[in-house]
Amino acid sequence: MNHVTVPPVTRRSVLFGSGALVLAFSLRPAFAQTITSPGGETQNFQEVELEAPELPGSLKMTPQLDSWIRVDADGSTTVFTGKAELGQGIKTALLQIGAEELKVPFESLKLIGPDTSLSPNEGYTAGSHSVQDSGTAIRHAAAQVREILIGEAARRFNLAADTLKAEAGAVIAPDGRSVSYRDLIAAELINVQAQPTSKLTDTAAFTEMGKPRQRIDIPAKVTGGAAYVQDMRPEGMVHGRVVRPPSPGARLTALDASSVEAMPGVLRVVRDGSFIGVLAEREWVAINAMRTLSSLAQWQESATLPGMDDLPAKLMALPMEDGIVIDDQKVVSPASTHEATFTKPYQMHGSIGPSCAVAVLNEGVTTVWTHTQGVYPDQQAIAEMLRVPVEQVRCIHTEGSGCYGHNAADDAAADAALLAQALPGRPVKLQWMREQEHSWEPYSPGMVTQVRAGLDANGNIVDWDYGVWSNSHNYRPGPAGNLLPAQYLERGFEQQQAELKITIEGNGDRNSNPIYAFPSRHVVWHFLKETPLRVSALRGLGAYMNVFSLENFMDDLAGVAKADPVEFRLRHLTDERARDVVTRAAEMFGWKAGQQAPQNHGYGFAFARYKNLAAYCAVAMEVKVEPETGRVRMIRASAAVDAGEIVNPSGIANQVQGGIIQSASWTLYENVTFNDTRITSVDWSTYPIMRFDALPDVIDVDIIPRPGTAFLGAGECSQGPGGAALANAITNATGNRIYDLPLTREKIRQAASAA
Amino acid sequence: MSGSKILRYLGALVVLILVGLGIFVAIAWRSEIPASDPPVTSAIDPALVERGAALAAIGNCNVCHTKAGGEVFAGGLPLPTPFGTIYSTNITPDPETGIGRWSEEAFIRSMREGVDREGRHLYPAFPYDHFTKVTDDDNRALYAYLMTRKPIEAEAPDNELPFPLNIRMVLAGWKILFFKEGEYQDDATQSAEWNRGHYLADGLGHCGACHTPRNQLGAEKKDELYAGGESEGWTAYALNAASPAAVPWTVDSLTHYLSNGWEEKHGVARGPMAPVTANMMSASDGDARAIATYVVSVMGEPSPERVARGEAALQQATRHPPGIQVQAAGGQTVPVAATSEDRGAKIYAAACSSCHDAGRPVPYGGLPLNLSTATYGPTPLNPINVILYGLPAPEGERGPIMPGFQGVLDDAQVADLLSYIRANFSDEPAWADVQETVAHVRAGEEDTELRSLSSGGSAPANPTRRETSW
Amino acid sequence: MVALTVNGQSHQIEASPDTPLLYVLRDELGLNGAKYGCGLGQCGSCTVMVDGEAVFSCVTPLLLLEGREVTTVEGLGTIENPGPMQQAFIEEQAAQCGYCIPGMMMRAQALLQSNPGASDEEIRAHMEPNLCRCGTHMRIMAAIKRAGSLMQTAANGAAPSGATERAG
Repeated sequence: MNHVTVPPVTRRSVLFGSGALVLAFSLRPAFAQTITSPGGETQNFQEVELEAPELPGSLKMTPQLDSWIRVDADGSTTVFTGKAELGQGIKTALLQIGAEELKVPFESLKLIGPDTSLSPNEGYTAGSHSVQDSGTAIRHAAAQVREILIGEAARRFNLAADTLKAEAGAVIAPDGRSVSYRDLIAAELINVQAQPTSKLTDTAAFTEMGKPRQRIDIPAKVTGGAAYVQDMRPEGMVHGRVVRPPSPGARLTALDASSVEAMPGVLRVVRDGSFIGVLAEREWVAINAMRTLSSLAQWQESATLPGMDDLPAKLMALPMEDGIVIDDQKVVSPASTHEATFTKPYQMHGSIGPSCAVAVLNEGVTTVWTHTQGVYPDQQAIAEMLRVPVEQVRCIHTEGSGCYGHNAADDAAADAALLAQALPGRPVKLQWMREQEHSWEPYSPGMVTQVRAGLDANGNIVDWDYGVWSNSHNYRPGPAGNLLPAQYLERGFEQQQAELKITIEGNGDRNSNPIYAFPSRHVVWHFLKETPLRVSALRGLGAYMNVFSLENFMDDLAGVAKADPVEFRLRHLTDERARDVVTRAAEMFGWKAGQQAPQNHGYGFAFARYKNLAAYCAVAMEVKVEPETGRVRMIRASAAVDAGEIVNPSGIANQVQGGIIQSASWTLYENVTFNDTRITSVDWSTYPIMRFDALPDVIDVDIIPRPGTAFLGAGECSQGPGGAALANAITNATGNRIYDLPLTREKIRQAASAA
Repeated sequence: MSGSKILRYLGALVVLILVGLGIFVAIAWRSEIPASDPPVTSAIDPALVERGAALAAIGNCNVCHTKAGGEVFAGGLPLPTPFGTIYSTNITPDPETGIGRWSEEAFIRSMREGVDREGRHLYPAFPYDHFTKVTDDDNRALYAYLMTRKPIEAEAPDNELPFPLNIRMVLAGWKILFFKEGEYQDDATQSAEWNRGHYLADGLGHCGACHTPRNQLGAEKKDELYAGGESEGWTAYALNAASPAAVPWTVDSLTHYLSNGWEEKHGVARGPMAPVTANMMSASDGDARAIATYVVSVMGEPSPERVARGEAALQQATRHPPGIQVQAAGGQTVPVAATSEDRGAKIYAAACSSCHDAGRPVPYGGLPLNLSTATYGPTPLNPINVILYGLPAPEGERGPIMPGFQGVLDDAQVADLLSYIRANFSDEPAWADVQETVAHVRAGEEDTELRSLSSGGSAPANPTRRETSW
Repeated sequence: MVALTVNGQSHQIEASPDTPLLYVLRDELGLNGAKYGCGLGQCGSCTVMVDGEAVFSCVTPLLLLEGREVTTVEGLGTIENPGPMQQAFIEEQAAQCGYCIPGMMMRAQALLQSNPGASDEEIRAHMEPNLCRCGTHMRIMAAIKRAGSLMQTAANGAAPSGATERAG
């Protein structure tokens, strides 16, 4: 990655130039209409225009086949995607899908994107949509391209298309004649739109999909190959650092930077309002310059944070608006009613590698290499921040460390873009420091949930009333005001006020409507309009807390009904696939009704279907609790997952295991701390996360095969059930439930010693 | 002399020896208290158990009676002594391998007299010379607590002691010389709080077991109480007038240290004191303050010189951004970095200054070394442990993390660094044999198990001092 | 000017003596393995070996490295010819975002070089200073065990044993 070219081209002109494939056919049905859809998380919950709503996956927004597939004059094949590799392995999965349907060898297929100049706009890589949306689009587009090529070969061979087959980049006739894709390419280029249905390869015939193919990116990552934006070293590159204020409410009052400007190796000190940045030839010089500037800057701070005392009450006292998630209340006469309140603090992404971006201003165009989840929205936001037309910004996704949602990647991109304006022609690598990432990334909002349920005389749930207090979990750019540096510029931008929207996928209310069958229910999102701390999307959004609450409460109710937790859940589950994962996880674990864990051990169970739309996941866990110290050790976990059609089982298992461990860390340890002015959890000593000492011996993952069904996103499916199963296991061990996250050792010690 | 006379004298000698042995055995022999069935745990008063838990925390029972990776109270921890290795016993209520068959009477006797249920003398590695002070009531609470723990089947390894020390009866002799049995008696001239602190510190807390020097036979030197000692490869600093702390301890500061495991003007508990302070979290605040009250009284009123020196150290505690040249101020600090040819100064500037001079408040920031007791102590043992092995991250809790430098500093470099720190940050004379000590520690001859600040404790979420902004 | 060896090659590094080794490796030598994670010695993404011991390169200043031998992940093998540690991590697919992995590998390498048959408890205790946020720990454990087994059989000259148990 030492040489950077920034071609001033559009994707289309590239295709023209290389004499690529003609996609010979036609046209959308007449009278097809563009419709506006409410938009899910990938579209920032904004309305989106669907050019072709009848098409599958992201083809709805980008219906041209040549937006997704390219076959060059030399026969090389490329797949385009607007979804980013975040470490979830989708580069490999999407290539598997493309290779499967296009019938080319996996090794020969290339993947491009996301890149605002080259790839389809698929919004954000978020909400476990990558395989569901991009994978589906690529699958159909590749299948249709294959059929077009077969059709072209049929024309040349003068044979019926259905006698031919495609294999290894060529079309083969029954008499042995074959013609390679390279030779099938016509000189003309026609844009063609996809059809609503495709001739998809049968699961039984899969050679690529469904196989645990090794990820293409891992070999470079373990041998020191260039893999991340941090590894870019374009010619003429300089190092940039930003000095952030001491607190969110702070404003710069004075800065005499002359001594820093005079430091050898310092190229420029940039100051714009309260935004301070420094550029130097060498990285260590930039860091020292940043630290010195930090000591010289004078700030006016103000107490804008709520402080941590009584946080749940403070959250519930914020101005709010009620959004009805579901109102299906019937008149029932429960034999008993029960209620509980759960709380969750602010928690952070805590990406292991602080955010980074490389940006360069060349001939009026600022190109930014960034690990943002959304190159197109970032392009818009950065252009707005720089006050230039959107065509003058290009965003190219380059991997960073795992982001788990909206972390500081977009802000680092904006920082880099700003600093790049100061030294046109020189690429700026802008690296955030650990303390900056911890202090300034958008957190997962603090939440409060209240649940009330009625049981009949047989112990069945007849009524369910649930309320969740939460900010929106989505403050992504979007608008420039949602970029951190833009808020501190002289001509600054305000963070945009989020609006309450009840959507199918959910936001703070994600998974607040249980998938269980209750005769009567009422679920409301008490949407908190003000954001005392900067917040946005963390993996799962509201689902982690909502599943935590409802699954903990299900155990409470099972206790009242004197029922086994697994049997109690099955009682209320009518969805067959849900029942299957529950049964399978229990079976894997060896769950027996009436079982008794050894002293100080506990067994716990939890289940959820992510968003009630995506993958199903059930988790059974055994823990050991040390009552004297409150220490918890997971002993073993069993997880059953149903992700629909499986692309890469190893990738799914990796995500499920990782989600269980990550949410165990959230559940046991994590808590952003702050006083009335500053964030105080600024590094790993003040914000501990799981280390090797607390690991279980084993996490078994079983994926239930569902051939021929739709892809279901699995990237976030185990966070909710994992955390809830852990809490249920701890409760089983200590005999007392803790309702306030995180389940610290102090709380567990008290729960263990309480009567 | 005639043969018969010699025989008679020899005979008399033999009789004397036998009588002497007889008297000795008579004194030394203890009866076995019959094994009893374990008490019915449900019948035990939960309030008594809770009181016992708080007392066990002060006694730090779990620290000795738990081995690394083992179950709590199941014993098996090797305790290195100058005489050999002694393994802690299983004090869970397991009937076969623990104390499940001990009656309350047997338990109280073990604490009061240092004798187990079967009547065998216990090695004073179990500090009954302190526990003897514990009242019967408190012992009952401890008994209730231990009997309600989870029984674990675990046999401790045999002690590794040479003859004749492996014969327990010999300990009776030790006891005759050094052990004074008896419950704590209040000192009427002192306040209730002082007495409580004295009772806890000298009793269950057994502070002197580490903080008092021992004689050749391993007994605490009664005329040098709290004059400092060593424990498991760490220096336990003097708690009397010879306390090396730069800023003299006060009741407030010592209470804070005991309750939190760190104190901003003194340091962080990181060796064997780490679990002690962690356990203090389970004790009441009043008890920590009582202990502090007593210990500060042992230290005595600091002289005006000491007070002035402490104030000067505080003035100079540097608060400037890392990596920046430290400005000289008075005589105690000299400019760090390039100008000095001192290898130690260069190492300090490059490897330590960025945390220790960052101005970030303790416990998360590096302590300014001119405030650290370790800088002023009699030996460099503690700083060597920390420099080589760092401070490991606590499990799932907030707490300081310091990287270890054993991989990059060789013995000579550590020695240079320590000489610089000693000279630059304290007014004490140079340490002797630093490099030898480093080699000694690195070779694992000292059993320096580094503990993180954890096990029930948690450094506060909101330190009162503000953090750096970058 | 400091002379040190990195992955078997001698270098003369001209940089200020307090420059952390991490930046020497990444910027002066263009090596990608060691990563910036915190700069505070808390996370281990920067872990490399110096004379066979695992160190945090972010808090190791250049001046301490005169005449020392530094090994980074690039010194364990290449993409064409991966060493046992790299081979094991590829076989076990022990990475999600992969950012922490080179640090994990170097830390593990320091352990396995002297104790290739390390037990689970020993591995866990040894790896404690290194953080992984994606939750890939189970596969990292499996990969380290696999690497130890590959190293042992290589030392014995025998064919590698069968694949280790893996979850999922």
